[in-house]
Amino acid sequence: MNLNDAVFILLVLITIGSALGVVASKNIIHSALLLVLTFLGVAGLYFQMNAGFIGLVQILVYGGAISVLIIFAIMLVMDVEPEKTNLSTPSLGRRMWGVYLVVLLIIALGASIWYTRWPLAMSAAGADEMTVLANLMLGKYVVAFEVAAILLLVAVVGAIILAKGADDK
Amino acid sequence: MIGFTHYLILSTVLFGIGMYGVISKRNAVAVLMSVEIMLNAVNINFIAISKFIRSETGIGQLFAIFVIVVAAAEVAVGLALIIAIYRQKKSVNLNDFNLLKW
Amino acid sequence: MQNILASSWVIPFLPFMAFALIGLFLYRWPKLSAAVSILAIGSSLVYSVLVAMAVFSKGPGVFEIAARWLNMPGLQVDMGLLIDPLTAVMLLVVTIVALLVQVYSIGYMHDDPGFASYFAYQSIFAGSMLGLVISNNFGQIFVFWELVGLSSYLLIGFWFGRHSAREAAKKAFITNRVGDFGFLLGILFLQIIFGTLNFSDLSGAIASYTNTAVLITVSLLLLLGPVGKSAQFPLHVWLPDAMEGPTPVSALIHAATMVAAGVYLIARAFFIFNTSPETMMVIAVLGGFTALFAASIALVQNDIKRILAYSTLSQLGYMIMALGVGAMTAGMFHLMTHAFFKSLLFLGAGSVIHALANEQDIWKMGGLHKKMPITTWTFVIGALALSGIPPLSGFWSKDEILLGTFASGHMGLYILGSLVAFMTAFYMFRLIFVAFFGENQAGEHAHESPAVMTVPLIILAVLAVFAGFVGSPLMNYAFAHYITYPGAVHHTPSMTIMLISSALAVSGIFLAWAVYQKQWLDYEELKIKMGGIYLLLYNKYYIDEFYAWLIKHFIDGTARLMEWFDLKVVNGAVNGLAWLTGYLGLNLRYTEDGQVQTYAIYIYAGMVVLIISALCAVFTAIA
Repeated sequence: MNLNDAVFILLVLITIGSALGVVASKNIIHSALLLVLTFLGVAGLYFQMNAGFIGLVQILVYGGAISVLIIFAIMLVMDVEPEKTNLSTPSLGRRMWGVYLVVLLIIALGASIWYTRWPLAMSAAGADEMTVLANLMLGKYVVAFEVAAILLLVAVVGAIILAKGADDK
Repeated sequence: MIGFTHYLILSTVLFGIGMYGVISKRNAVAVLMSVEIMLNAVNINFIAISKFIRSETGIGQLFAIFVIVVAAAEVAVGLALIIAIYRQKKSVNLNDFNLLKW
Repeated sequence: MQNILASSWVIPFLPFMAFALIGLFLYRWPKLSAAVSILAIGSSLVYSVLVAMAVFSKGPGVFEIAARWLNMPGLQVDMGLLIDPLTAVMLLVVTIVALLVQVYSIGYMHDDPGFASYFAYQSIFAGSMLGLVISNNFGQIFVFWELVGLSSYLLIGFWFGRHSAREAAKKAFITNRVGDFGFLLGILFLQIIFGTLNFSDLSGAIASYTNTAVLITVSLLLLLGPVGKSAQFPLHVWLPDAMEGPTPVSALIHAATMVAAGVYLIARAFFIFNTSPETMMVIAVLGGFTALFAASIALVQNDIKRILAYSTLSQLGYMIMALGVGAMTAGMFHLMTHAFFKSLLFLGAGSVIHALANEQDIWKMGGLHKKMPITTWTFVIGALALSGIPPLSGFWSKDEILLGTFASGHMGLYILGSLVAFMTAFYMFRLIFVAFFGENQAGEHAHESPAVMTVPLIILAVLAVFAGFVGSPLMNYAFAHYITYPGAVHHTPSMTIMLISSALAVSGIFLAWAVYQKQWLDYEELKIKMGGIYLLLYNKYYIDEFYAWLIKHFIDGTARLMEWFDLKVVNGAVNGLAWLTGYLGLNLRYTEDGQVQTYAIYIYAGMVVLIISALCAVFTAIA
């Protein structure tokens, strides 16, 4: 087991552990903080896969912006004592359905992943990935890029209108 | 040696955790957080494919960026919706929201 | 020199900046807004002069730079500048007229509550037109083309408190939409067939293209854009109604920015139209018809601005006709001279309307020449130029058009053009004799307008007198030397044609003088005698009514047919489906408990089932 593998296992432990924590914690503040840790773990995984730019974007957007947004929302809507903010649903049936579906999914997907012979084709990572991404984004996929821009604009406007309340004069 | 399969399995497990969260949590914000975990799991897949299978094109990374963009928009709108409904119902408990019941 | 040309993008950029500044920050300070707007267009004018000097010192030639804006497989869109003599002339005309109109507006709009936004709209209007002029490809032109449409909408509907202004703005916008639809289709055709929208590339590609049917289709579609924008028959209906905007706006629309865009586009894309004689014929006949049609309406209108509006229509028809007979130079020459004297006439009319507390009926004016000497005499100069009295600017350009029409063998169009020249002189001097020299002394309380309004009038009057010389034999046809196209022929001027057109103009003026000043003929009696024709002309050939009728009967009829089909056929099917859906829903509704997470479970369950069945399929295939 080399150093790379050790780092991978460490990152997996962090990511999976904190993700479980997000779901299991009864205090939503803890959940949110653990969610940040999950995001950072995933960012670490990106760095390990030589995707530095995406890793940075992950840290900036998820670790920074989205987490802050979520914590703000939590502050705005929290009204009971913190320990009861993030309980599971009381219906046992629904929880069992959840467990059942998740286990099935993991088994089915896991098996198919494990037994597939992947056409691995790793080329030596040499090209400057930012350049590659920029060329793709403003070249072949420029329409998707523009649509994404419009989506963000619409989302911002929509979020403001929803949160402000359209009827408030 | 850690390889492609491990990343995919990790992503599957993460996806499953998020899925359980979506199904079982009462708090709407927590559900949104679980959705974020699922989106992250998908992104791990994209990046892994970009590294191990189509490493020359960078297309996986591009898609991951688009997923992040959509996720950002989704969080903004989702949280705004939660705040708006909280104003109406004084609750973020999803069990209280059954306006569409038969 | 190259530096000046390469940075000429600032010419449209400055007015756009002024628009943004006023709209975002300065709107609270009307005076400052006006100052910024005028400063911007003034700087654009200075820069345009520099560009023109650079271009004309170099001689005919094209300067082009472009940057790639969008690059996809199969689609490249550029942003670029194209500066040639045609562009330089348009830049000068637009900036001069826009600047003078804005200065004039300080006086005209001085107590309007929307003073700041008025100047913001003026800026974006001028900026869009300037951007249109320097574009080097159809895609970019279309963007600015639409911006011109938008800003004209804003300005025509500027007094949106009035019902009629709102309606006029909508009418202008929607009528233009009809034309723009065809224009856009034409552009798309060009992109599909030739794979480029760049003018220089297209002119090369079209020269070696042989499928005439396609070329005719494309050029006719492209023509629809100018027909809408330059208000040619049958899409002319919006222009007279556009009078609802403030009068300086009318001056701008009629002279420099809006309607000039269509003529400019035909000149710019002349290499496309020129390849198909059929399209050229359509253009020429359309222009000639519009010229005659509008001039005949102008004979009997009573609203001072309406007369001028129909006169614009008629003069635009002239220009389009000139382009159609292949005299592109003459058409552009007339566009330039017309811009000066028509903006002069409109601003003069605005001065009168301003002085008479918004009175627009010429019969309620009269005797203005004593009270408003500057307005009157500049107006007369404008009218003389428009009528084509030598040696004013209109004479030279009109003569070039008639010469081009005559020399290219379009005898019918030549006669028609001469007739229109006669009618033009008549209706303009009918207006002058009634409104300025009539015995009706409604104007006794009138007073001359302030200097900010009269100075632009004087400058424009000077231009209206002298601008024609650049294309006259006196300056060795300098204009034709620069504004030209491959295969252009300049016909030697014919003394006969000059004499005929001047004689017609003079006789038109004389007739107007005889009827309306001396009243040797009783026009009221004439009106009754010619009852039918008079009504037809007065009601603008009932075109608006015809469109209303068309919409009422044709479109409503179609709608009624659709309604029947909808009720009997579609409804039956839909009701059946609805019943089925209702029945199913009644029984399945218990799966809907309104809980988001229940729905999430359904989704995930479906997903898991799909994955597992796919796995099973794969395993059975292997086994």
